[in-house]
Amino acid sequence: MAKVKIQKKDIWIDMTPMSDVMTLLLCFFMLTSTFLTPEPIKVNAPNSVSEVKVPEGDVLNILVSPEGKIFLGTENKNYMKAMMETMTDAFSLSLNPTQQKHFLEDAMVGAPMEKLAAYLSLEPEKMAEVIQTLGIPTDSINGKMSEFQMWVKAARDVNPDIKIAIKADSKTSYKAVKHMMSELQDMNENRYQLITNLKTASED
Amino acid sequence: MAKKNLSKQKKMDTRVNFTPMVDMMMLLITFFMLCTTLAKPQAMQLTMPSNDDNVQKEDKSVTKASHTITLYLGADDKVWYIAGLPNYEDPSCVKPTTYGSQGIRKVLTEHTTEEGVNPVAKIMMAKKELDAQKTAYNSKMTDAQYQEALSKLKKGELPNGEKVPTMTVIIRPLDTATYDNMVAALDEMLICSIDKYVIDKINDDDRELITKAGVK
Repeated sequence: MAKVKIQKKDIWIDMTPMSDVMTLLLCFFMLTSTFLTPEPIKVNAPNSVSEVKVPEGDVLNILVSPEGKIFLGTENKNYMKAMMETMTDAFSLSLNPTQQKHFLEDAMVGAPMEKLAAYLSLEPEKMAEVIQTLGIPTDSINGKMSEFQMWVKAARDVNPDIKIAIKADSKTSYKAVKHMMSELQDMNENRYQLITNLKTASED
Repeated sequence: MAKKNLSKQKKMDTRVNFTPMVDMMMLLITFFMLCTTLAKPQAMQLTMPSNDDNVQKEDKSVTKASHTITLYLGADDKVWYIAGLPNYEDPSCVKPTTYGSQGIRKVLTEHTTEEGVNPVAKIMMAKKELDAQKTAYNSKMTDAQYQEALSKLKKGELPNGEKVPTMTVIIRPLDTATYDNMVAALDEMLICSIDKYVIDKINDDDRELITKAGVK
């Protein structure tokens, strides 16, 4: 009897091209993705059916915490630097290089000018805790612009086309938002983007 | 003898198994794909009236009483409305309602103007048809065409040539309302395709009226 020889087939699949493509895709996503910048406080935006995305380009983010504390910042570090210089000049404050570095590492400004230097001298771990108790004051200074308005004006001076995006917690009282918006309206800033999460119209 | 040994030397397999690497890559790609699409939040356009008194007086246009609805957003997620202009003598014109499809949306869609039409319902219906045309399988409608048709709709020009009046909604949130309430109210404007709405402050007349009506 002749031996039946079963031919053994090599089931090895060459994965190299696949891993090539994968690496390319991975690189693409890693480079194009924009990560969420850490915010000083956790804010849950309300839901809406609006499908409009946050505009591309320069946006001045204003964050309102549930307690009504206000933080502000933009992703462009050059703008932040220019804003810092405008503000420190206006308050005749001088920051040392470490403090400036800490300022630029922070995603948002949230300290009153009188406490800014002390806040920026803290350790980065401590800063994240302390900023939650601070917030930009909106009280007008001797009947003139408030610190909040001065920050917005500084941002507007750096880039006249900057857009204002307001992100407030859904539990923030309207009073706080109204106060903040009327400060902006006083400066003739009447167009805002309200940041929301998507929901469908059928949900209630 | 030595020659034979050499030929029998085992060949090393130099192929490396890439499967675990590919697995990991897949995971990473899914992670990045999900993160990038989810990270971009939605935004809602809002234009507030200017605080400048001169501008306000010029821009104030008069609308018919039956084309106006005033909403008062109060504490504890409650909302009140006045169909038509507020009658400051009579607190019973302030009626309670709720958020969502059975509340404000119903009030808006069922509102009948003095011409005897329900403009919001008609506009919403027309928008539904427009959306269906846009999302249809073989739709050739471009975004620009859609936006043009939508802005016509919002002005009250229906596709069948009928012209309906447009509603004006005045939203007056009380200090006790939350930001969520305000966004919910704005959202209804978006759903109902109402173009003319304004967030206004509460004046003394309003305050007196709503206190009498039990709004807080």
